[in-house]
Amino acid sequence: MDLHFTADEPTASEVDAVDAVLGAADSRWHGGQRVDPSEAQTSESGHRTAGQRHLLLPVLHAIHGRIGWISRGALNYACKRLEVPPAEAYGVATFYDMFSLEQAPPVVARVCDDIACQAKGASDLCAGLETVMGPAGNGNASRCGWVRSPCLGQCERAPAVLVTAAGERPWTSVIAPATAQAVEAACSKDSPTDGPQVRESVPQAGQASLQLLHRVGAPSAQSLDEYRADGGLRAWELALELGPEWVIEQVEQSNLVGRGGAAFPTGRKWRAVAQAGGPKYVVCNADESEPGTFKDRVLMEGDPFGVVEAIMIAAFATGSERAYVYVRGEYPDATERMRSAIAELDSAGLLERACPIEIRRGAGAYICGEETALFNSIEGFRGEPRNKPPYPTESGLFGRPTLVNNVETLANVLRILLQGGTAYAAVGTERSSGPKLFCLSGHVAMPGVYEVPFGATVRELIELAGGVGGTGRLQAVLVGGAAGAFLGPDELDAPFTFEGMRAVGATVGSAVVMPFDDSVDLGAVLLRIAEFFRDESCGQCVPCRVGTVRQEELLERLRSGQTIGTLDHERQLLREVSQVMRDASICGLGHTAASAVDSALERFPIFQGATR
Amino acid sequence: MSDQSLADAPDLTVPVPPGPVPSAPVRDQRPEVEVSVDGQSVSVPEGSTLLDACRQCEIDTPTLCYVETLTPVNVCRVCVVELEGSRTLVPACSRKAEPGMVIRTDTERVRLSRRMVLEFLASSTDVSQSPELCSYMESYGADPERYGERDAQAESKTQPAKVDNELYIRDYAKCVLCYKCVEACGEDAQNTFAIAVAGRGFDAHIATEFDVSLPESACVYCGNCIGVCPTGALVFKAEHDLRERGEWDASRQESTDTICPYCGVGCTLSVHTQDNQIVKVTSPLDQEVTSGNLCIKGRFGWQFTTGAPSAPDDVAGDKK
Repeated sequence: MDLHFTADEPTASEVDAVDAVLGAADSRWHGGQRVDPSEAQTSESGHRTAGQRHLLLPVLHAIHGRIGWISRGALNYACKRLEVPPAEAYGVATFYDMFSLEQAPPVVARVCDDIACQAKGASDLCAGLETVMGPAGNGNASRCGWVRSPCLGQCERAPAVLVTAAGERPWTSVIAPATAQAVEAACSKDSPTDGPQVRESVPQAGQASLQLLHRVGAPSAQSLDEYRADGGLRAWELALELGPEWVIEQVEQSNLVGRGGAAFPTGRKWRAVAQAGGPKYVVCNADESEPGTFKDRVLMEGDPFGVVEAIMIAAFATGSERAYVYVRGEYPDATERMRSAIAELDSAGLLERACPIEIRRGAGAYICGEETALFNSIEGFRGEPRNKPPYPTESGLFGRPTLVNNVETLANVLRILLQGGTAYAAVGTERSSGPKLFCLSGHVAMPGVYEVPFGATVRELIELAGGVGGTGRLQAVLVGGAAGAFLGPDELDAPFTFEGMRAVGATVGSAVVMPFDDSVDLGAVLLRIAEFFRDESCGQCVPCRVGTVRQEELLERLRSGQTIGTLDHERQLLREVSQVMRDASICGLGHTAASAVDSALERFPIFQGATR
Repeated sequence: MSDQSLADAPDLTVPVPPGPVPSAPVRDQRPEVEVSVDGQSVSVPEGSTLLDACRQCEIDTPTLCYVETLTPVNVCRVCVVELEGSRTLVPACSRKAEPGMVIRTDTERVRLSRRMVLEFLASSTDVSQSPELCSYMESYGADPERYGERDAQAESKTQPAKVDNELYIRDYAKCVLCYKCVEACGEDAQNTFAIAVAGRGFDAHIATEFDVSLPESACVYCGNCIGVCPTGALVFKAEHDLRERGEWDASRQESTDTICPYCGVGCTLSVHTQDNQIVKVTSPLDQEVTSGNLCIKGRFGWQFTTGAPSAPDDVAGDKK
């Protein structure tokens, strides 16, 4: 492609960072040295380079990991290497929260101030950081700075902080629960600080009844040999022995539905992709970013071989030629565990009968958990959702039939093959089969991921986690995530199943259970949720781009009492904003951006008058 | 020339070989798909959209980001309709008609969504130069005033126009982010990729890389982005200057179609004049040669008609 570049040149370390991903540039055309005097005029483009667009995000990560921000010269060099127009690459880079396009310090602490961390003192933490490290923001520090972040998926250890350090050997540290002093200490070091152990996130760890979490904290998570010794790869061997058709039949018979939030029958997806013509792909959606959700992180950190084994089975059963694991950028430990599990399985030759598996890292964009946005992100485009139909099973990643499953969904497949689909379907309730992971955080005594067969009520789940924490007096429970719903203390006997949640006007979503005690200002929680959706809207469609802003403004006005017109007028406007987002947005983000707010206003006497 | 000299001239005609004159193979008639729109049954060729079906029923369906010559991006959502069996409304401009679909275009839900989309846009952008949008606002009863004046939206509505070259200006206070200019600059027409959507959410905006000025960017000044802009965010510098001086007067303007004098492609130019001066040049979208696209010469190279220095050269001088 005949591209135009500004005169900005990359520095040697920027070139180095990009070359570490792509290899050295082979010609001047691609930003390298002129080898042959005639070649400056020669285009090297065509399919070879056009086929590399999907490396844009990894290349941007490499630059950011080395330098701490993306300069004009670095972007130019990345674009020359990949033959991507600089305007488009700029559009992609500015899409992600974790990338800075302005000079930023190499060490940045991302401090979660989302709802779960707020319930556990995030405001105090931020105030402390202002004293110790100065005001939030990237611009005011030479070595380390701190920024506020949406949910980091460490809610069971709230308040949480993720420290990222750029350099020749970039490192990250998870500080959770965090104090301002601990964050400052971690930032001033030259190496990572040991983070919390994943076993602590699973209070049930070691219990014999566990189906999905049984390996968390066990040595089998550490090496392939241990994994095999613990009965690992048995499902894979069964699949090889009995064939793809048998695998798909078991998944169909299990009645397994997706655990990522949409609850689509998994067997139907597998069947559709298996029947489609190749090339086709498997994508493991590990971009869990729903506030209050951390179950997939725990699975990847606690049983990485199990997750990869399930991906191998999915690829084998559908005849896919490559699999991608898209892990959210805020999960460095999970990424590392998955990477080394894949490498071990690969060097043992076990991926040969499955397919190559690649890890792709997100860079801070909730919307990329939406499956079609995720495809665009992998392909090197802005993570904007596509219009559906066509559905991924028909036209997904690179326009090919694609099987997308959430991490937890895949983890269930091992149980299904080992027990048989029918036996699996007998677990749980008739319409919600199987074991289920729940994320308990906020005001509970023992936050963490809990596994129970489908059917437990919200009350039972809270009791499993030691009962209501904080003041001990429950005000409300957020179920399903920020896109879910609030329940009142009188609704706790609703079973946390697909049908049970529907009956109370909620959804299973990402199985978040976040109780709030009576000291919490629910209005502030609603405002934070509205702020979250305003920040995370991709901006593509009008109802969501403007609607999420209007929703936040309305809540602010209702909270402050400074309404435009009467209170009823404002509430009516809020209802209309909610409806247009639900009815006319492109994707699930807009459709559900008002769900939690609506449910709370229905149930609780918030914003009833100009009281604040 | 006399008859005599004609007779002496050599015969240059090529003899037509005997037999039937070859012709292009007859295209198969596309099978029809039957859908119901507001209770009215309508048949459209397979592959048509719901918008085609609505238009065939002569139902006025508002569109902003849709234009026949570009791939539908369905982002403005002002064309949404109710589709029986669908949980949410669907965009008419891109949803393909399938046999048996039942569509409603005038329900309370549809009207609410359309009204809200229009209100949202008018509350966050300057729509004063978008007569189409304003007339939709009137017919749907949109009231953008009910959101008040907020800092964020005030900023987006009052940002100054970017004037960085002599040919056209970018006034993003008027931008509704319909993506049309990006498509026209990219794969759908020009393949220059000088602009893209940058940022996210309410901060999403059209930009060159690092927001550099157009002369620093890859822009080739074809002006095809101006041709598709629905809100006057992209306009000729000539028009912008006249508007700034308060001299722009559409009622004193005339449009004259002619053929571009520069090359052999033969693009149709619609030359807009005010007081006998050219104020802008467009090309009809249904023009069969180039679907409304032009190049820098056809779009901007008419200074010779007035004897003014040629602007395209000035701009090109800034570029490598």
